[in-house]
Amino acid sequence: MAKAHVYKRDHVNTDEIIPARYLNTDDAAVLAAHCMEDLDTGFVKKCQPGDVIVCGDDFGCGSSREHAVWAIQGAKVGAVIAHSFARIYYRNCINCGFYPIELHGALEKINDGDELEIDYRGGTIANKTQGTTIAFTPLPEFALEIVNDGGLLEHIKRKK
Amino acid sequence: MGMTITEKIFARAAGKTAVKAGDLVNANIDVVMCHDVTTPPAISMLKEHGIDKVFDVNKIVVTPDHFQPAKDIASAELHKRLDTWAKEKKLPYYYKLGRAGVCHALLPEQGHIRPGEVIVGGDSHTCTYGAFGAFSTGVGSTDLAAAIATGILWFKVPASMRFTLNGSFRKGVYSKDVILEVIRRIGTDGALYKAIEFVGPALKEMTMEGRMTITNMAIEAGGKSGIIGVDATTRAYLDGRLKGMTEYTVFESDADAAYVHEDTVDCSRLEPMVAFPHLPSNGKPIGECKGLAMDQCYIGSCTNGRIEDLRIAATIMKGKEVRIRTIVVPATPEIWKQAIDEGLAEIFYNAGCVVSAPTCGACLGGFMGILAAGDKCISTTNRNFVGRMGSPKSEVYLASPATAAASAVEGKLADCRNYL
Repeated sequence: MAKAHVYKRDHVNTDEIIPARYLNTDDAAVLAAHCMEDLDTGFVKKCQPGDVIVCGDDFGCGSSREHAVWAIQGAKVGAVIAHSFARIYYRNCINCGFYPIELHGALEKINDGDELEIDYRGGTIANKTQGTTIAFTPLPEFALEIVNDGGLLEHIKRKK
Repeated sequence: MGMTITEKIFARAAGKTAVKAGDLVNANIDVVMCHDVTTPPAISMLKEHGIDKVFDVNKIVVTPDHFQPAKDIASAELHKRLDTWAKEKKLPYYYKLGRAGVCHALLPEQGHIRPGEVIVGGDSHTCTYGAFGAFSTGVGSTDLAAAIATGILWFKVPASMRFTLNGSFRKGVYSKDVILEVIRRIGTDGALYKAIEFVGPALKEMTMEGRMTITNMAIEAGGKSGIIGVDATTRAYLDGRLKGMTEYTVFESDADAAYVHEDTVDCSRLEPMVAFPHLPSNGKPIGECKGLAMDQCYIGSCTNGRIEDLRIAATIMKGKEVRIRTIVVPATPEIWKQAIDEGLAEIFYNAGCVVSAPTCGACLGGFMGILAAGDKCISTTNRNFVGRMGSPKSEVYLASPATAAASAVEGKLADCRNYL
């Protein structure tokens, strides 16, 4: 079961996800310790493995830094659910083997602290707290393959 | 249905006669831009996966810029990884400290950007190169690694938006004000996944430097790329500058090409703009916001750290003193030298500014001008997100070099037109 950490915000940007003052390293463990720091200094402490971040539009806008995906992966976040994603961030997620869930209206359907169960392939989120089931469009097969392989480079290697 | 310039570039890169927006294509990459933050992880990934090769040494351009000269031990280690790799691969276009500069100013200046090509870089402002009629976009480290190794990346051909820039610029209004107005209108995700094509007579009044300021900020509207067609100004800039291959293909949008959004900007009606914290879309005309006290002024970056920008700032600061700490960062060593040769550095010194070595530095909160809690900074950069230039409690106000310089002189948001 994944707990939802809801931020009722649009345009949560890469500087908030991982501030540039930490970009002098690409060590995922170090980055993870500062995940979401400029949005919520308490995030890392309260996030349990598999928990989910829920936001509004344009999540991950700004820099192309993949560090903003590594930080979230390093913090053991299971998925990010957002109304929409910034383009480079979305692509980086898939390339890193991390599942971005695009779900319009997520902020109306999920409250902070809700317990969720996600079927990534089927495209459904069971909101156990509210007793509802929410559908989303799952990743297309080719992208899902990349995610399941653990990222683009692993995927390329396996296909060889 | 005709094709846009962007579709034509993708057709060429994918070896097809025609493509349309929405098509997934495998595109050959003509230039890969590598810097000190996102390339070292890409190099490590390639090594880890046993695909440690470079597809074409002549198509990879490397420059440390974000934290150069190294700001601390960790960034020195990043530089070392970049340096070791560039030497090991014998990359001919590796710009080391002393020749290194802010990547998006350096690559065009050093003749690495050709019209009609597909260019990627491990940096979101890679869209800058679209000013030369090229498709250019930022990618993360994994895509960068794949591009370095294979020279091919998959793309969804973007739909295009078209902004027609009409009218003549009035005194004190620059291309920065145009792009801040465009972003104000469509928002920071108004161009999500799309190419923003700029056309119209006002472009004729813009130098390549001015045009690069516009395409540089396409990403601030969420755009995949920004693009401006080739004209006499482009050709004159490229003449004698291009390294390696000097031929290039010029594409133009067909008259019946499809656009998902069209708008016009009358440049003759624009006022100098300031984008308030914490989004580049929070633009206000200076008339509505002058007088707000500032603590720092930053003139530099891939948006506005070129020689033309420094000349404008110097014109305003000549014979005056700045009232707030003011940092001027020439974007490349060549611009730095020009600033000295033309006497701009002396004007800045006399005005009480500090002139630094080329670096991205404080633009992204790296070093060389970090903000404390409560600080307000008028900046010629491209982003004013929370914590962008330092403390999450600091504030960044985006503007043109002229507005920044006038604000430095007054110590508060000021109308540059009073100094021109």
